[in-house]
Amino acid sequence: MIAEAGLAALWLAAALALLQTLAGFGGLGDRLAPLTGALRGIAAAQGLLSLTAFLLLIWLFARTDLSVLLVATNSHVDKPMLYKIAGTWGNHEGSMLLWVTVLALTGGLIALMERKLDARSFAATLGAQGVIALGFYAFLLFSSNPFARLSPPAAMGQGLNPLLQDPGLAFHPPTLYIGYVGLSVAFSFAVGAMLTGKAGPAFARAMRPWVLISWIFLTLGITAGSYWAYYELGWGGWWFWDPVENASLMPWLAATALLHSVSVLAARDALRAWTIMLALTGFAMSMIGTFLVRSGILTSVHAFAVDPERGTFILVLLALYIGGALTLFATRIGSVRQGAPFHLFSREGGLVANNILLSSILAIVLIGTLYPLIAEGLFDEQLSVGPPYFNKTTMPVTLVLMLFLAAGPLLRWRRDGSGSLPRKLLLPAGASVVALVLLMLFAPDAGLLPLLGLIFAAGLAIASLVPLWGRNLLRTPLPIYGMVLAHLGVAVAAAGMASESGFTQERLQAVRYGEEVEVGGWTVQLLGLDPVAGPNWTAIEARVLARKGEGEWILRPQSRNYPSPPMQTNEAALLSRWNGQLYATLGTQDQQSRWQLRLWWKPFVSLIWLGGILIALGGSLALLGRLWRGFRARYTKRVQEGFA
Amino acid sequence: MSRRWILWTPLVVFGLILMLVLWGMNRERDDFVRSQLIGDQVPAFDLPPAVAGKPGLSSADLAEGTPRLVNFFGSWCIPCRAEAPQLEALAEAGVPIDGIALRDEPAKVAQFLDQYGDPFQRIGADRDGRLQVLFGASGVPETYLVGSDGTILAQHIGDIRAEDVPGLIRAWKAAP
Amino acid sequence: MKAKHQRLTLVVVAAVALIGAVLLAMQGLRSQAAYFYQPAALLKADVPPGQPIRLGGLVLPGSIAKAADGVTTRFSVSDGKATVPVTYRGIVPDLFVEGSGVVATGRLDAGGVFVADNLLAKHDENYVPRELGNIDREAVISESETLIK
Repeated sequence: MIAEAGLAALWLAAALALLQTLAGFGGLGDRLAPLTGALRGIAAAQGLLSLTAFLLLIWLFARTDLSVLLVATNSHVDKPMLYKIAGTWGNHEGSMLLWVTVLALTGGLIALMERKLDARSFAATLGAQGVIALGFYAFLLFSSNPFARLSPPAAMGQGLNPLLQDPGLAFHPPTLYIGYVGLSVAFSFAVGAMLTGKAGPAFARAMRPWVLISWIFLTLGITAGSYWAYYELGWGGWWFWDPVENASLMPWLAATALLHSVSVLAARDALRAWTIMLALTGFAMSMIGTFLVRSGILTSVHAFAVDPERGTFILVLLALYIGGALTLFATRIGSVRQGAPFHLFSREGGLVANNILLSSILAIVLIGTLYPLIAEGLFDEQLSVGPPYFNKTTMPVTLVLMLFLAAGPLLRWRRDGSGSLPRKLLLPAGASVVALVLLMLFAPDAGLLPLLGLIFAAGLAIASLVPLWGRNLLRTPLPIYGMVLAHLGVAVAAAGMASESGFTQERLQAVRYGEEVEVGGWTVQLLGLDPVAGPNWTAIEARVLARKGEGEWILRPQSRNYPSPPMQTNEAALLSRWNGQLYATLGTQDQQSRWQLRLWWKPFVSLIWLGGILIALGGSLALLGRLWRGFRARYTKRVQEGFA
Repeated sequence: MSRRWILWTPLVVFGLILMLVLWGMNRERDDFVRSQLIGDQVPAFDLPPAVAGKPGLSSADLAEGTPRLVNFFGSWCIPCRAEAPQLEALAEAGVPIDGIALRDEPAKVAQFLDQYGDPFQRIGADRDGRLQVLFGASGVPETYLVGSDGTILAQHIGDIRAEDVPGLIRAWKAAP
Repeated sequence: MKAKHQRLTLVVVAAVALIGAVLLAMQGLRSQAAYFYQPAALLKADVPPGQPIRLGGLVLPGSIAKAADGVTTRFSVSDGKATVPVTYRGIVPDLFVEGSGVVATGRLDAGGVFVADNLLAKHDENYVPRELGNIDREAVISESETLIK
């Protein structure tokens, strides 16, 4: 019964999405105008219904109802509860339901909260949101029904890919989806703006919180995904430029550009067409990303079930939405009134440079990701594009971007004629020089890119704090703190990346019990091996003693075997110190009863993810500041009206 | 308006990407390793019998004057069971079929033939999978059409399904 | 600056930057994309040592040998026509066996030995009939592919 109730809720939600589309776009003309009044209620109800469907699916997974096909194929009676629940969205159908649930809930939230937009833009935005939801409902109901029954019911269930059985990963997809959906909201706002021709500051202010939310979650999602790949795959790397990773990076790049251009539009009423273009690009990238991951047309190291039919469905949606919106852009953008002009040497100019550089990186990543397809299609050549390409091409642009990132926030709006920039940049430049000298003294052969990365990071770290100089710190608005924190986060992450790539030391050795290995100033010794068993796996666990100076620590890397489905994984063991991480994995035994031990010492590697968290935190501060300001304005207005 | 076209470029770029991935989805997708030996002579080999009461297989047997099919199978291989009826049908239609049992034991092969039928004229035992590599095969089941002079003419990857049978018979009849 | 001129300037700057990015990408692709070869094609192609490539084929039975250091594995990849010797320094998991398909990423050294940075072992000796349906296919897919590095 539960499955049938879930399906019914899904159908009802789809019907409401249709109604929302009609009412929303109807609001543009006059004939359907009466429906528009009901829009808020429709959108809210649609959100509730899809949430109901999703909760029912979670319930089915929680009780392992093996008469439901999806549960039988993706769960197992012996699985721990956390992973039973996470299994709900650890598969194609469930993750699509989660997608549409987040989308519908956001639609409901917009309907209930949005007060800044004029009525017509509001209706058109919700209409666009309805169309997007409708497509995904159709996708779910016609080609990936999560509630389909299995007859006769399965006995045990098939299990879940063991690589995906990890608490971090349980929350990774939802995080990314909130990010993607936030971009779909920005997309809807942009479509609404193009339809009504109103793309001014009000539009930007209405859109900004959603872009911020999306960006915060994408940042967190990418950071968490990178850390997951780092410790779970056991290869010692933190970013592999795999299509699945690029699929999450590209929307982030677009969202970062969009976030900055929205600020210009909100504050200075400039960059109207550009902002709309970025909003469309952001959503296009999240759709293309989803498509690349789901269709399996590019080979990825991350295991995903591949199904051409579903790929086609997403492709059709992609063509309709993005193609439609870009056509709208080409035909209607001329009617969007020209924004305010500005001098190129100004805050706006700096932000434009930031936007262009981010878009360039986006183009480079997109080309590299798609190039295997291009080469096969045009030249009939099979090839793969890996880290050497991406590092070589994106790093120089990123370094230039860091320069602009340091200088941009120090410029004034409209036109910076004060000539104060060199003076403000004095301290950051000093920090860079100090970094250069220190590196030359202590680590002269780290390689050019890591060296440049560390020097630029030092300068950027100081430069990011300069906007606080001379301000009353108690009265500085939260969004300023947010910007400072986020830019500081970029410097911190960049320093971590540069340090990891420049100073990592690796040892791979076959060792006997008691044998010592030296790596990065550590003395590491294999003490022994123990068999261990988890809820659904068995493993050989090594006891590895790591010593440095007086300190002694035990690391326990594992070689794990999962029976259902059969699979072997290497669980890395990490030892975090203030100045880096010791990373150990256990290999196989050789004929002379030696065990392979792979060790890395990675100085300051944690800064990469710390930087990511700082960036997301900065975004959250900005969001809080904006929401608080909006709330206060509304409250003050109401109080004043009360007095009047 | 000379600048109009610039507004259409995003759509054009998007259209190109769309065409690319559309092509990517509909292209011949196979992750199989195709044999490099099609058109070449069968590599020289001489396999012992895989099961009692049936002769083994050598490269000379494949060049003795009639086109024939060579089927790589294993008693441990589940799709091989699925394709057994189709091999039977081919044998009934008069197509001579030889088998190569991969990494298998005589008792198990005998049991497999007992249970799922025996369409083979000869069965060679490839104990370490070396012949599989020499044929350029990477999986089981796999079937090769060998011409009367011992030339490898075609490769069928995966299990033979009912709809593949007529095509295979036609190809065998047309084979030199 | 006039509004109209400014818009034009911005469009031109953006276009130049994007074209620059595309050119940078093209240049990077020319030198860094790893082409895929099977042994016979690799021997014919005359690839310079050091160029990143991928090599696909079958692990020749009887060819896997471990070096004395316990962490270097030597084996041969074959496509039936030609054979290329490979060395790999790293942890090799269970699924990498003789006769299995393998895709190695790496480069040729001056002596014609392929030095692999990582191995993708394809355990596809059991082709799965398509009609077995969703359940088994997904189980087998996750079973049949594993990435080693």
